[in-house]
Amino acid sequence: MNASAISAAPEAVGRALSQHRRDVRGSLFRVVLLGSLLVAIGILVTLMVDIVARSLPVWGDRGVVDLISTEISADPARAGIWQAFYGSLILMVFTAAIAFPLGIGAAIYLEEYARDTRTTRIINANIRNLAGVPSIVYGLLGLAIFVKLLGGLTGPSVEGRSIISGGLTLGILVLPIVIITTAEALRAVPSSIREGAIGVGATPWQTIRHHVLPIAAPGIFTGTILSLGRAFGEAAPLLLVGGITTFFSTGDAGFIEVLQGRFSAMPVLVFSWARLPQAEFKALTAALIVIMLIVLLLINATAIYLRNRFEKGVTS
Amino acid sequence: MTIPDPRPETRRFEVGHSASIGASKSAEPVFDIDDLSVTYGDFRAVEGITLDIQPSEITAFIGPSGCGKTTVLRCFNRMNDLIESASVEGSIRYHGVNLYGPRIDPVEVRRRMGMVFQKPNPFPKSIYDNIAFGPRVAGHKGNLDDLVEESLTRAALWDEVSGKLAEPALALSGGQQQRLCIARAIATSPDVVLMDEPCSALDPIATLKIEELMLELKKDYTIVIVTHNMQQAARVSDRTAFFTVDVRAEGVRTGRLVEFDDTGVIFTNPREQSTEDYITGRFG
Repeated sequence: MNASAISAAPEAVGRALSQHRRDVRGSLFRVVLLGSLLVAIGILVTLMVDIVARSLPVWGDRGVVDLISTEISADPARAGIWQAFYGSLILMVFTAAIAFPLGIGAAIYLEEYARDTRTTRIINANIRNLAGVPSIVYGLLGLAIFVKLLGGLTGPSVEGRSIISGGLTLGILVLPIVIITTAEALRAVPSSIREGAIGVGATPWQTIRHHVLPIAAPGIFTGTILSLGRAFGEAAPLLLVGGITTFFSTGDAGFIEVLQGRFSAMPVLVFSWARLPQAEFKALTAALIVIMLIVLLLINATAIYLRNRFEKGVTS
Repeated sequence: MTIPDPRPETRRFEVGHSASIGASKSAEPVFDIDDLSVTYGDFRAVEGITLDIQPSEITAFIGPSGCGKTTVLRCFNRMNDLIESASVEGSIRYHGVNLYGPRIDPVEVRRRMGMVFQKPNPFPKSIYDNIAFGPRVAGHKGNLDDLVEESLTRAALWDEVSGKLAEPALALSGGQQQRLCIARAIATSPDVVLMDEPCSALDPIATLKIEELMLELKKDYTIVIVTHNMQQAARVSDRTAFFTVDVRAEGVRTGRLVEFDDTGVIFTNPREQSTEDYITGRFG
């Protein structure tokens, strides 16, 4: 059909407008995309179902609370995950205490104060590279510095293989991620807001404090809390800096002694239990993984909750 | 070095855009700009600007895109400091004080100059907090509520928002947001109000309101406005500076000032052919 053949007669226009051309490539592309999605979801669902199914024997006679509150033991019938759960919890708090202030501070400096020089760009590129460094490398770093070099401070009675060493290592592990996500959140604040504040005579600090940070806060919280999720799942660096999975007492030691004492963590316990021969431990491992997934979901839910809360604070 | 507070003095100059001709006036200018050039890195944005801004007048900067009018405006309150690569040559004297002198604090400079931007940029906070922020950071001592009301009244917005000061500023219409930004700019009781195409994002009715507001405000403030809208310059300004952009062979574009005179002269009897061509719509 060429242009001169176009007719203005209603029936001709109607026929022309209602003929459906078949967009074969477009449909094919769409099917491929949908396929990718289904495969991805399928793998996830398979994993979940498999893990939950394997953990079923445990839930028959023990609940989540029972498992969490029972101490580690070599006897599968009496084994719990208390030290690992508790250890992971303290590690998270420690990691957050190290990585959040340092990372957010560094990001604010890089984004808001540092001049855009060659050095700044090299630093930025390196931070991005650091975020991709395998976690075992951070484990080696932690072993060399916090365990060997500073062992006298981090854990005098356990040769440095303490929660402090583990927490510092995880803190450094997530530091680049915290810096990157915070910097992205800061970069997303429209420059018109900064100009508005600077324009009425605010100092850079007042501008950051009253306008930039409140607007960036939801993004900063989401990013930093999700980075905690990463730290929560790491086993390799903790194995290197001395996470253990045999019985030890968390008894009545004081806070500092606990921090300087030996520790376990949930991913380390997964690693250890998965290698045990007894079938009961296979089920226990699966149950432990289910509990880890629940904790991760809770961490992510917290991030979403905080984001919504702060976003509401900004617009109203 | 501190900048002398000019506010009491400005009252000496009553509204006077009478018969004086040419770019120089007898009264002491608010800004005295001499051979100003601005460079971003290797790129020279404007070159050799010489003009003066008189108190209680509206001075309009017009010209085609890329001619550097906004760049010059942003030198007045040192907003160009935010762009790292920017460097300024020549001098801008504000009541005789060199704004780019070594001991000048740009924050103090900006407290004396309100700025209104091209797109309304209220803070994502309440209407009240938008106005109160400037006075707060400046350490305002008096009654903030009164100041907020006064600023909104002067910006002709009070009647529309008096009952909803706690509501988010972003819920206002575009024109209201821009008037809010004007109220925010005058809340710190500045000497000068700088406006960078304040109506380019607004509809004609909102534009008209802002223009009426400008005429009202010039009783108390010296106003400099950058505009793409020649009718707007003709309607509101006392004096007009026409900028143009020279494109050199390598594609380098540098802005310069072509003509600066009373608005009536620029629009009816310009000295330069290029001014007339621009005014009559033959280029630009």
